[in-house]
Amino acid sequence: MSANYVSLAYLAAAVLFILALKGLSSPVSARRGNLFGMVGMVIAVLTTLTVTHNVAYILIAIAAGGAVGAVIAKRIQMTAMPELVAAMHSLVGLAAVLIAMAAFNNPVAYGIGETLHASNRIELFIGTFVGAITFTGSIIAFGKLSGKLGSKPLRFAGQHWLNLALGIAMVGFGIAFFITQSWTPFLIMTAIAMLIGVLLIMPIGGADMPVVISMLNSYSGWAAAGIGFTLNNNMLIIAGSLVGSSGAILSYIMCKAMNRSFFNVILGGFGGEATAAEQGGGVQRTYRSGSADDAAFLMGNADSVIIVPGYGLAVARAQHAINEMSKVLTEKGVKVRYAIHPVAGRMPGHMNVLLAEAEVPYEQVVEMDEINNEFADTDVVLVIGANDVVNPAAKNDKSSPIYGMPILEAHKARTVLVVKRSMATGYAGLDNDLFYMDKTMMVFGDAKKVVEDIIKSLA
Amino acid sequence: MTGAVDPFVLNLTVFVLAIFIGYHVVWNVTPALHTPLMAVTNAISGIIIVGAMLAAGPEKLDIGTVLGLVALTLAAVNVFGGFLVTQRMLDMFKKKNK
Repeated sequence: MSANYVSLAYLAAAVLFILALKGLSSPVSARRGNLFGMVGMVIAVLTTLTVTHNVAYILIAIAAGGAVGAVIAKRIQMTAMPELVAAMHSLVGLAAVLIAMAAFNNPVAYGIGETLHASNRIELFIGTFVGAITFTGSIIAFGKLSGKLGSKPLRFAGQHWLNLALGIAMVGFGIAFFITQSWTPFLIMTAIAMLIGVLLIMPIGGADMPVVISMLNSYSGWAAAGIGFTLNNNMLIIAGSLVGSSGAILSYIMCKAMNRSFFNVILGGFGGEATAAEQGGGVQRTYRSGSADDAAFLMGNADSVIIVPGYGLAVARAQHAINEMSKVLTEKGVKVRYAIHPVAGRMPGHMNVLLAEAEVPYEQVVEMDEINNEFADTDVVLVIGANDVVNPAAKNDKSSPIYGMPILEAHKARTVLVVKRSMATGYAGLDNDLFYMDKTMMVFGDAKKVVEDIIKSLA
Repeated sequence: MTGAVDPFVLNLTVFVLAIFIGYHVVWNVTPALHTPLMAVTNAISGIIIVGAMLAAGPEKLDIGTVLGLVALTLAAVNVFGGFLVTQRMLDMFKKKNK
């Protein structure tokens, strides 16, 4: 195929990718959108196939990788979506690094020319280090999300200085590569970028993962776009930029939902020292606790119940149980709804997918801004596996580290039930005044177990 | 101002315009579908498969083509896994809508 036809086919694929993203504006059009995306990818791959040799090897590689991807997509638990997404980001990052190496190895084959122009070398440098950071950073994020590494932030003195020094060293070797055009500085630069990826994500704790995973999503797009610059390939540039800006917007939305700046999250905002002191010096406060039967009695006699799910729901895999419970309550004439905080869970939209999996009716699931006015008119709020997102200190206590963060105003309801494993603090390490209010009753235990007991008691 | 435009400038033009499109399209995505959005963008970033095919494509097999084939396999995991898992999630949202 001539270069013009190839470019036109890429244009068609690019339009289909845009339609795929556009489809996600509503659940009704989303499935068709995904189909557009698939068609776009098929067009892009078939078109490229007409200009390459080694077609047999290429098809074998696609079949092998595709089979692995298909099996994973079929088997993965919905609760494990965050770690799957992180793992897939790392693949894109590594692929970008490998392609950059291949291009550097034999620039003529990619139409770059006998010698690398100055702009080629800069593009190669950027594509490689973004890819390398995405690769290792995503592996660490995967480890934290899947529980293989502790989700606790790992910090040490001088961390930021080390990162800065490594960053400067990386640029230094990048410049050396620019001048000498040899492998040694290129490989050292890549290795340093990989180390930076690890060091960047290690200090970030579990509840900040929605930001991290969005950021890595963004990086994986920029890595693809960077490779597109190197190969002078508009397909890669367009698709990569779409993904890059999508991830950037998600990071922004997540940061806003925590009232923190992006740099605050990435550089490790919630320092250990101040909050630890607060905990140690705190007086023993009294709270009320009750059984699942008490909770069932309160909810069974209520007119309206709002359920606030959090990461604990995902950990306990209680989404099906909670849907059973709301069905029983609905049959009793109780109005049940779910209130979703944007950063509930470990990735954007995590709670929505879990509830969708359990077949919770769409209209019962309400976003924070729409439901916050209704807490005051609600009889019972059931907080299940959530903590910081319902902490009234974010509204009332100017000295609190989370002051200003938008919260679900559960404290305004007539009665608050909190299902939790213990009185331990949430991610931010803060005590939650909600737990000590007169109208609050704590129900201790595993979320799934408690909900199942409530169902038994309601029946 | 005569002569051909440098490919870099053309690339940059496309790049900047694509970011603007991405920006406007993604703001319209409903928050309930943010996880499927991440999954589908994951699949789309698998477009790097095109780069991998080009890297695996030269007639002469050498270290570069081998690296390309490895990258190709990784990208294929992303493309298939990403689109299929998105489909699976969106099917769950569909059930609720009937």
